[in-house]
Amino acid sequence: MARIDLVDLAHSYNGNSADPESFALKPVTMTWRQGGAYALLGPSGCGKTTLLNLISGIVTPSRGQILFDGVDITPLSTQKRNIAQVFQFPVIYDTMTVGQNLAFPLKNRGVPRPEIDARVADIARLLDLTPYLNRKATRLTADAKQKISLGRGLVRSDVAAVLFDEPLTVIDPELKWQLRSKLKALHRDLDLTMIYVTHDQTEALTFADTVVVMHDGRVVQSGTPAELFDKPEHTFVGYFIGSPGMNIVPAEVRGREARVSGHVIGLNRAYDNLPAGAKIEVGVRPEFVDVAPPAPGLLSANIERIDDLGRVRFARVRIGDAKFAARVPPGFSVRGDVAGLIFDPSHVHIYADSRLVEGSA
Amino acid sequence: MDKTINQKAWFLVLPVFLVVAFSAILPLMTVVNYSMQDTFGNNQFFWNGVGWFKELLDPSTDLGERFLASLWRNLFFSTVILAIEVPLGIVVALSMPREGWQVAVCLVIMALPLLIPWNVVGTIWQIFGRPDIGLLGYTLNSLGINYNYVSNEFDAWATVIVMDVWHWTSLVALLCYAGLKSIPDAYYQAAQIDGASRWAVFTAIQLPKMNRVLLIAVLLRFMDSFMIYTEPFVVTGGGPGNSTTFVSIELVKIALGQFDLGKAAALSLVYNLIIIIVCWIFYTVMTNAGGERQPDKGAA
Repeated sequence: MARIDLVDLAHSYNGNSADPESFALKPVTMTWRQGGAYALLGPSGCGKTTLLNLISGIVTPSRGQILFDGVDITPLSTQKRNIAQVFQFPVIYDTMTVGQNLAFPLKNRGVPRPEIDARVADIARLLDLTPYLNRKATRLTADAKQKISLGRGLVRSDVAAVLFDEPLTVIDPELKWQLRSKLKALHRDLDLTMIYVTHDQTEALTFADTVVVMHDGRVVQSGTPAELFDKPEHTFVGYFIGSPGMNIVPAEVRGREARVSGHVIGLNRAYDNLPAGAKIEVGVRPEFVDVAPPAPGLLSANIERIDDLGRVRFARVRIGDAKFAARVPPGFSVRGDVAGLIFDPSHVHIYADSRLVEGSA
Repeated sequence: MDKTINQKAWFLVLPVFLVVAFSAILPLMTVVNYSMQDTFGNNQFFWNGVGWFKELLDPSTDLGERFLASLWRNLFFSTVILAIEVPLGIVVALSMPREGWQVAVCLVIMALPLLIPWNVVGTIWQIFGRPDIGLLGYTLNSLGINYNYVSNEFDAWATVIVMDVWHWTSLVALLCYAGLKSIPDAYYQAAQIDGASRWAVFTAIQLPKMNRVLLIAVLLRFMDSFMIYTEPFVVTGGGPGNSTTFVSIELVKIALGQFDLGKAAALSLVYNLIIIIVCWIFYTVMTNAGGERQPDKGAA
């Protein structure tokens, strides 16, 4: 159980290179509170697994410190850090039964036999593995194997944090939900700090209280799922989270108006001092743009196609050169290929060089 | 349901059948034929029924005694070289580098002995071990160790065994190395997190992951050493006395030395049968060991 502080933590795989741009993980400073559920979300190669491996000690950072409850554990070996890690592919000791697998970390640490038995029984009950305790672990299904991997971490009573590295990759879709709810339940019951690496936004948003979005070795935003949805601080967050992602189109912004291909979108706030020379973009989620019949005063757009996702329909439209996705309100039937767009001004954001700019009221 | 009848397929099978017939079935049947007969030269043959087989399995006869003695000798030889080569091969594989340019260097060095023809290996060791001009023999004798593989049984055995270990340990090592390389890094990382000692990593991860290739290595090395002929023949010629006369050497002595075709044919059939049975046992054990396991989804 621990609060985790990352202090100016960075890592480069090709030695301690001078060029910070080549770092797999660029310097990051953040605090994760004890008992929190965190998700590191980002596409492949964004540095999320590197960050996880730095915390578990599999990789030693080129720079910076990691503190568990204020104690610097950067130089400590993996086994002294008291963390548990579940990998992408289940790691099972082939020759052992489920029970022996669970007992392995305790045996290695010289815990007395009766205590091992008690802990193993506890954890097996927690993970619904009791009926399998005497079975060979290799013959179980992938989700049971992942539970064993997790169990091997949890048997240790002193575990500081549980790390997950895309643990659901090899699990069948219908079991993913079950296992994820199980993880959630464990998190509630055990009051453990959990860190979950994934490239799947649904997994991240449903698992975590705080989602840390990473892109190109950098943490671009860290916040609750709602924050990431409502107010992406970086165009990448807007684009990566949500399905379809945020509409991000180049625009000219002056005061309370944004111009997209000559069409004006009204804004809620004034943007008078945008950095000169920066790439200015307007970002709005498709959920906050409604398609309406063409009318004077509405921005008119050409409809290219309609994606019917079942519970909701999105229209793919075009304003000049800019492509947009917009919500088709229930009951609205599209006629012709021109439609008006109604923007919700409170959800239209302005980005300068991909970073969110706060307007003044 | 109408079955399509197409006899043309036979023409496709026929060439293979002919090749197998001339290369395997006919020679084997000739041997079966010989094993039932006796000859005194002049291409004259006399029916002997299962007489040779009876003699072969009866230690009180000359033939039976020689066969069984060479068989035990051969089994002992195979056991000893397996007991040395398998653990040694594992140790070598474990100490090989896992990545970098050193891998290529190691692999080439390991492969070298495997590329040398059998009788060249025999000649190398025959010269190497000679007390007068061989580096090994001369050195040992100058150190005061009376080593002579021509006159001393123990020395002859030691030479033959060391030669085989030198020649074939790298095969076991290369197979084990391949097995080790296929273990995903996550296993080692998990073991590290679980606080496993080096020994625990070996017994819990590496050895179980290697068991398939180890079975193959044991099978290959057993069969090969059980059929060994060239190397010991070149080095010791089966001597001193009969001390390093293995089954195949005995077989050649009977067939070509004494020209007892009937006895030799019977011996070679029994020899063949033993090899096939051992192969079958290994094969069954191996496939069963594989069948027990569920296919590991993606873990490889």
